[in-house]
Amino acid sequence: MLYNEPSPLEVRVLTRRFGLPNSAHIDTYLGTDGYKAFAKALDMTQEQIIEEVKASGLRGRGGAGFPTGMKWGFVPRQSPKPKYIVVNADESEPGTCKDRLLIENDPHQLIEGVLIAALAVGATRGWIYIRGEYRYLIDIMDKALAEAYARGYLGQNILGRGFHFDLYTHTGAGAYECGEESALLESLEGKRGVPRIRPPFPAVSGAFQSPTILNNVETFCAVPPILLDGAAKFAAYGTPKNGGTRLFCLSGHVNKPGVYELPMGFNLLRMINEVGGGMRGGKKLKAVIPGGSSCPVLKAEECDLPMDFDSLMKAKSMLGSGGVVVMDETTDMVKAALRIMKFYAHESCGWCIPCREGTTWLKKLLSRLDEGRGTRADIDLVGDLSKNMLGRTFCPLGDAAAMPTISFVEKFRDEFEAKVARYAAAAGSAEPRLISLAQ
Amino acid sequence: MADLVTLTVDGKQIQAPAGTLLIDAAKRAGIEIPAFCYYEGYSLQAACRMCLVEVEKAPKLLAGCTLPVAEGMVVYTESPAVVAARKTTLEFLLTNHPLDCPVCDKGGECELQDMVFRYGAGESRFTEVKHHVDEKQWSPFVYFDAPRCILCYRCVRVCAEGMGVGALGVVNRGVISEIAPSHGDHLECDECGMCIDICPVGALTSGAYRYKTRPWEMNHVGTICTHCSNGCKTTLGVRNGEIIRANNRDRSGINGEFLCVKGRFGFDFNDNPERLTSPMMRVDGKLEPVSWSTALTAVATRFAEVKQRGGAFGVIGSNHTTNEENYYLQKFARQGLGANNIDHFRTGDVATLVDALSGSSGTLARFDDFYTAKAALVLGVDLAQQQPLLAFKLRENWRHHGLKLFAVTPGPVREDKYATAFTRVEAGQQLAALEPWRDQLKAAGELLIVYGASIKGKAVRDLVAFGASLGIPVKYVPLVDFSNSRGAIDMGLVPELLPGFKPSDQPGLTAPEMLAAANLDVLWIVGANPFERTQPAAQNAFIVVHDLFLTETAQRADVVFPASSAYEKNGTVTNVTGELQKLKAAAKTMGAKSDLEIVGLISKEMGIKTGIWTPDAVFDEIRKTVHGYNVPLPIIATGGAAQTAPVNGRVKVEANPALIQSAGDTLYTSGSLGRYSKALTSVLEYPGQLYHPARGTPVAEEAEASR
Repeated sequence: MLYNEPSPLEVRVLTRRFGLPNSAHIDTYLGTDGYKAFAKALDMTQEQIIEEVKASGLRGRGGAGFPTGMKWGFVPRQSPKPKYIVVNADESEPGTCKDRLLIENDPHQLIEGVLIAALAVGATRGWIYIRGEYRYLIDIMDKALAEAYARGYLGQNILGRGFHFDLYTHTGAGAYECGEESALLESLEGKRGVPRIRPPFPAVSGAFQSPTILNNVETFCAVPPILLDGAAKFAAYGTPKNGGTRLFCLSGHVNKPGVYELPMGFNLLRMINEVGGGMRGGKKLKAVIPGGSSCPVLKAEECDLPMDFDSLMKAKSMLGSGGVVVMDETTDMVKAALRIMKFYAHESCGWCIPCREGTTWLKKLLSRLDEGRGTRADIDLVGDLSKNMLGRTFCPLGDAAAMPTISFVEKFRDEFEAKVARYAAAAGSAEPRLISLAQ
Repeated sequence: MADLVTLTVDGKQIQAPAGTLLIDAAKRAGIEIPAFCYYEGYSLQAACRMCLVEVEKAPKLLAGCTLPVAEGMVVYTESPAVVAARKTTLEFLLTNHPLDCPVCDKGGECELQDMVFRYGAGESRFTEVKHHVDEKQWSPFVYFDAPRCILCYRCVRVCAEGMGVGALGVVNRGVISEIAPSHGDHLECDECGMCIDICPVGALTSGAYRYKTRPWEMNHVGTICTHCSNGCKTTLGVRNGEIIRANNRDRSGINGEFLCVKGRFGFDFNDNPERLTSPMMRVDGKLEPVSWSTALTAVATRFAEVKQRGGAFGVIGSNHTTNEENYYLQKFARQGLGANNIDHFRTGDVATLVDALSGSSGTLARFDDFYTAKAALVLGVDLAQQQPLLAFKLRENWRHHGLKLFAVTPGPVREDKYATAFTRVEAGQQLAALEPWRDQLKAAGELLIVYGASIKGKAVRDLVAFGASLGIPVKYVPLVDFSNSRGAIDMGLVPELLPGFKPSDQPGLTAPEMLAAANLDVLWIVGANPFERTQPAAQNAFIVVHDLFLTETAQRADVVFPASSAYEKNGTVTNVTGELQKLKAAAKTMGAKSDLEIVGLISKEMGIKTGIWTPDAVFDEIRKTVHGYNVPLPIIATGGAAQTAPVNGRVKVEANPALIQSAGDTLYTSGSLGRYSKALTSVLEYPGQLYHPARGTPVAEEAEASR
C-alpha cells in the first residue's frame, strides 16, 4: 500500500509499479518489464554489467554514497571462495522509511537487482537482512521469494542458463548498529552485532570471510531500471556524479509528508514547498535535517540547495539515507537535539569507549539543559564532548551522534542559552543550581 | 620474513617487517603507545581507542593497534591532537567508573589508574549520575564488579582464544553492556583465573585475594609451581610470611602469564592449619610432638643400629622434592646407609624413551617446541586436564602458526575442536590408529609427539620406530605427573639407575616391592603418601616419614619430620620437558625444615659425611656428576629455564612398565597435596556444573562417585 499521494513532480523510476493493483505479485512484475533486465544481464559479461552500473552514476543509497559500480568492481572475482550478496534492509535511520516501501510494493525489483549483482560477481547465494521491527515485510519478501523460486528466477539452473542462485531472508533483532555493514555481517553470521575492524572491506572479506556485495535495498532496486533503460538514461535523471533518482522521505512540519521519488539534485526548498505542499499551518521554516538524524542540521537560510551528495557535503551536511526532517519555527531545538541523542545512546552498541560513554553522557547533559538544570558551561561541554567523539569511534555511529549535535549547538546556541537563562531567571539566580540526584 | 619497511615515529626512524602493527613496531623501538584492549597474542579489537595516533596524510586519528606499518609512514604519538584524544577517552572512561580506588584490589597495579595518572585530566567535568550495577560472584574465585569494567574484552578473549573455554561473553548494549558468563549467573570453566589477571582494572577480582592486602604491601617472589610437571613460574605475593596471592603478571618463566587453577589458587595448602610444625614420635603407640634433637637422635640411632647389623632399608622419595634433595637422599641412602632399595612413584616412562632414542633420528622435545612445532600428535592424554600449560601452548601455536594437531585419546578432549584429525582409542591401540594419518604426518615436515603414561615399555619403542619411519624430524615428550617427576628419575631415585641414568650395580627393591616386603627393618618415606592405597607388609619396620601434613602414611610412622613445602625452600626442579628451574623460598612455616636439611641432619647425627647440605653446594655436585645437568648458571640464577639433557646413549637397564602409572589427577586435584588446599577443594565442591571436557560430567559428581 501507499501512505501518501504521489506528487506530479516525481520522476518514478524505482517506484514505477507503486500503486498498481497487486504490485508485489510476480505476475504484475512480469507484466511490467519484470526480470527483463536480468534476462539482458544474462547475455552480458561481468565487466559489462559492472561498467553499466558505473556509467549510471549510481551511488550507495544507504547513506555513505559510495559509487556502486566501483564497489562491485572491488570483489575479487577470481577468488576461489564463494561470493555472496547481502541486502541491507535494516532501515533504522530516524527519518528514513523508503526501503520498506520498495519491499512492500515491489519486492521482485529487489530480487532482480540482487540477481544482476550476483551475475556481476559470480555469487551463488544471498541474504536479505531485514530489521526485526519490519516483521510484516518478512512475510511479503518470503512470499516473493517463493514466487521467484516457483517461476524459476531463483534456485538451480535459472532460466535454463546454468546460473544458480539462492536468496534468503534473515531478520535482525532490532539494533540500529546492525545497519552498519560489518555489524550486519556479524549479526548475519549469528554473532553479537558489533562492527568489524576494516580493512578488509566486505567486497574482499564479508559474510563468512568471503567476498560480499553489500548494498542498500534502494541501491539494488535501482539496478534493473539501469540495465533495462540504459545507464545514460538513469544518469541523466540526476546531476553529474549523482546519477538517477532518489526516494526522499519527507517528514515533519509539512502539509504532505511522504516518500517521493525525485531526481538527484532536486532543490530542497522546492521539495518542501511544492512536493511537500508547504509548511504546515503556514508557519515559518526553521531547520531541516536533510538525510536522516545523523546528518548535521541545516538552518532555513541554508536550505536553498540541490539535494545531491556533493552539494550537501559542501553545505557541511550529508544526503545520508534520504530522510528529510522539516522543522518549523515552533520547534524546540534543545528538545530535538536531546531526542536525537537519546536515540544514539540507546542504540550505541557499546563496543568502543567514546561512543558508549559519550552518547550517554551527552544524553544526560542534554536532558539537564532541557529541564533547565544546565549552565552556560554545559552548552560548551555538549559541543566539546561531541567533538571528542567525532572521528575517534570505532564505527560511524559515534560520528552519527556527534555531527548533528555539534550543528545544533553551533547553529541554535541562542535557544540553548535562552533555556539556561529562562530557568535561571525563574529561580531568581544566575548561579548554576545544584544537580538533583533524582533522574 | 617479510620485507623491512622504514617509517618515522615521533621523528625517530624505525624499521619493521611490512605488515607489523604500528603499536608493536613502536614498542620495539622503545615508543609506548598506550592501549587497554590491545593485547599481544590475542585477536584485535580496536575498541578502547587509547592507541589513536596521528598519521601524516590520514584524515583522522588512526588506531595504532590495527594499523600495519608501511614504507614512509610518518606517525606522531604525542602530538597535541593525540594527547587530547587520550585525555578525552580517559575522561569518557571515568564517567561511569566508580573511582573507588582506595578500596579496590587493583589499586596500585591498575592500568586505568596508571593511564589516568599519565594522560588523564586532573578533574572531572562529569556531573551526572553514574550508572551502577551490583557486584556479582560467578564462581568460588571470580567476582565481577561491572561498574569498574572498561569493556576491553581481554577476559572474553583469553577465555575463548587462550584457554579454549569460552565461558565469558557480552550482554546488553551501549552503556549497560556487561561482561557475563555464558551460562547464566555462574561460570562453567577451568577456574584458571586468567580473566582476573588479564583484567586491566578491578572489574574481575579473585575470591582468594580480594580485600586482603594492597599490592605494595607484599613481597613478590618468583618460584616454580609445585603441582603438575609443566613447571610454570608463579609469582607469590607474600606478606608477613604468608602467601596471599599467586600470579605471573610479569610474564616471566616458560608459561608467560599462563597459570591454571593450581598455580594461581592452589598455594593455600601452605598455610593450612594442619601443617606439621614439630617432629613427632610414637610414644606408647601414640604420635607425640617431640623436639628436633630427640627425633633426630632416635632416627640416627635406629638407622645406625640397622645398618650395623646389615638390616634392610627401604627408601621411597617424592615427585615434588627438589633435585638437590633427591640427589642427596639417594646419595646418603646408597653410600651412607648402604641401602639399594630406593624408589619413587613413577608417572612416565622416560628411561625407555631415552634408550629408544639412542641411535634414532628422534630427539627429546624442548618446551619451545610446543609453540613452534608444525604438527603435534597427542597420544592418550587429556592435556587440558593434566598438562594445562602444554595444552595452552599447543593452542597458542595453532592460533599463531596454524599447528596441525592430531589427537588419539580414549575420550573427547578439548584439542578435538581444532585438531586436524582425532580419534577415540583405548590404551594399547594407539599406534594402529596412527597409520591412516601417515601421509598427513609426513607432509607436515616435522612432528612433536606428546604421550601419556599409558604408553610405556615396548609401546614406547614401537612409537619411536613409527616416528623414525616417517622420515621427518620427530621430537618426543614423555608426560609425567608432578613438579619434579622428571628430576626424580634423573637424580636416580629408582633402584636400577644411579643419577644420570647410570645403571646401578646392585639394583634393590622397587616401591611396590618395598611395600610388599615383610622383612624391611626401616621404611623411610620422604614426601610421599603410599599408605593411602597400600599398607606396608613389614609389620616391624621402623617407619620414618617427612611430610607437610599428617597423611595416611605419616599417621603410621614411628617418627614424623615436619617438612617445608616447595614454596619454602630453594633448590631446582626439572619439568616435563627437562627444563631446570630454580625454586625460591617465599614463605616460612615455623618448625618445618627442608627435606635436604633433614637428611643432612640425620647424616650428621650418624657421623656420616655426605657433604654440605645447602642447595647450592649440592647443585654444584649435581652439575659435576649428573649428565646433562651442567647447565649455564646465569640462566637459572636469573629465573630462566635451562635445558637439561639426560644421557645420550643406551640406558642399559629395562624397567618394569608395570611400575609406571599416572596418578590420574585432574585440573582440580593434585595428589595428597591438593586435599589440603581449600581453594582446590572449594572448586571441587562448588555446586555448579564445572567444565569437564573429557567425560562430559561435572567434576564434583565424578569425585563424589569415586569416593
